[in-house]
Amino acid sequence: MSQDLAAAPPGRAANDKARSAELFTPAAASRKIADQAATVAVTAAFVVALIPLVWVLWTVVTRGAKAVFAAGWWTHSENGITYRQFGGGAYHAIIGSVLQVLVCSMIAVPVALMTAIYLVEYGKGSSRLANAVAFMVDVLTGIPSIVAALFIYALVITTLGFQRQGFAVSLALVLLMIPVVVRTTEEMLKLVPNDLREASLALGVPQWKTIVRIVIPTALPGIITGIMLGIARVIGETAPLLILVGYSKAINTNLFHGFQGSLPTMIVNEATNFTLPASADRVWGAALTLILIVLALSVGARLVARLTSVKK
Amino acid sequence: MADFATKAFGPAGGPAPAGTRGAVGVTSTGDRLFAGAAKGSGILVIALVAAVAAFLIKTAAPSLIHDHSSFLYSRDWDLTIGDLHFGIAGMIWTTVLVSTFAMALAVPVAVGIALFLTFWVPRRFASPLAAMIDLLAAVPSVVYGIWGIYILAPKLNGFSADIQKWFGWFPLFGAAGVSRGTVFVAGVVLAIMILPIITAISREVFAQVPKTQVEAALGLGATRWEMIRLAVLPFGRSGVVSGAMLGLGRALGETIAITLILSTPPVGSAFHPSLFAGGETFASKIANNAQEFDSPAKTGAFIAAGLILFMLTFIVNAAARAVVNRKTVK
Repeated sequence: MSQDLAAAPPGRAANDKARSAELFTPAAASRKIADQAATVAVTAAFVVALIPLVWVLWTVVTRGAKAVFAAGWWTHSENGITYRQFGGGAYHAIIGSVLQVLVCSMIAVPVALMTAIYLVEYGKGSSRLANAVAFMVDVLTGIPSIVAALFIYALVITTLGFQRQGFAVSLALVLLMIPVVVRTTEEMLKLVPNDLREASLALGVPQWKTIVRIVIPTALPGIITGIMLGIARVIGETAPLLILVGYSKAINTNLFHGFQGSLPTMIVNEATNFTLPASADRVWGAALTLILIVLALSVGARLVARLTSVKK
Repeated sequence: MADFATKAFGPAGGPAPAGTRGAVGVTSTGDRLFAGAAKGSGILVIALVAAVAAFLIKTAAPSLIHDHSSFLYSRDWDLTIGDLHFGIAGMIWTTVLVSTFAMALAVPVAVGIALFLTFWVPRRFASPLAAMIDLLAAVPSVVYGIWGIYILAPKLNGFSADIQKWFGWFPLFGAAGVSRGTVFVAGVVLAIMILPIITAISREVFAQVPKTQVEAALGLGATRWEMIRLAVLPFGRSGVVSGAMLGLGRALGETIAITLILSTPPVGSAFHPSLFAGGETFASKIANNAQEFDSPAKTGAFIAAGLILFMLTFIVNAAARAVVNRKTVK
């Protein structure tokens, strides 16, 4: 805009209308060009970002399909299968991942739910404790997974003297899952209309029953979404697995003893022999399996949120 | 007092006459237990973070005391028991270099996407398209790692070689004899991984730009780009900065993708400051050596490195949150 004013000084414009129009046109054109350039640039940014997404998904799907659709992938372990040998399944890794994440959720979800309830229902105003809790949730959000793993290592293995085991992984994942669930639950609880709480309290229902019977059921779809996103976040974490449990090709359902396979460590383990076609197949197969699980969880979370959201 | 009143009116949750509504006060046994559990969970979260710091310090301290090198300025990494020599200078350099490079790639693209989704795309399509960008975050980082090293790296080879040929006189672009697992490749992959978070936060602040400012700019005859320059970018700057900081926090701590991609230079090799060298970040160093945690002295050295990483990410994330909070108060 300032360009136009500069391009058409008033004195000259008054003297020669035609000329001022002439001067005005190129300036306007340059503004248009800048606008067009911006359009091209932001569209390009979007396209550029989609390239790796499509590329990664394409690579994993095309290269992983062979292993995933082979007989035995979902029902057999890799036990006794060498890196050069084709075949073998991911059952041991799926079992390991699912067990570790399940136990992690059993610990993380109640703590996270109650923390969110504390922040929204009890810590109103700005109690110092509530502020401190909110701050610590922020800190947990930013904690790198390897630091969470080192903490559990220092606590469980160095200090308490346990062996490396699947349960230690679950504990490290708890630290990473809590902030995700607290954040989403908090948002959902805040969306519950205050009228509902007040109506219930006015009828003489104690506050805890109001929360359990009225507030939580109203916010439940959002809470479930948060839990699913939390699971999707931690099931692909690899650093805690590398540090806290060894990889085993055999099925181990005991979280408290021995090495245990899992999808991320199966990828890392087979990737050490990536040049062998059989290993490469299993790497991409495990990657595809992991992506399928994570995608199912995230898409499911979105669907739950979409289908059950309160109309605005 | 409220407590007494409820009890006096019977245990079965009979109508509490006063003091319950809107009160934070606790009025029955059930209430007291439930509120206690909620408060307890909050306190547990505080205790967890405190325990993280305490255990890391406790485990790292003995090794740090016995370290014969300068922890911050040395590149040594020799964990011979009884004669510890370890320093983190190399890790600091690689961690900062790879994260900065990733930020340089990711921030402009993320801001572009956020503008595109907020001001160019019709509202109806904006949220499905944003969901596609979010999918980038749903792919586990271990998958980015194998894709980065086995698929992306070979494709970037020619490009990297060209840069080294033309700009190799500048130390940052010098040749270092590494072809695939370079900081350059790791930075590109990191940029892809932090893109969704920066985009999400930028989108949020751009959507909050006051309608009146946008309309005023357009009403004065500004083109869309001028409106963005005059109204949106000044308003959204601090939000974008905090989004970028959160992305940086994530980049500093990313482990497995970096571990799979970066090639580890042999012990005692010369220092290359170049983007086209290998190296080890805090996270990748720790992950690469997880098998070596066999004595408290060795473990302590790695945990000391982890402690520094924790402090780095803490500072960066706290700064980001501070900016976010200042914004929302306004």
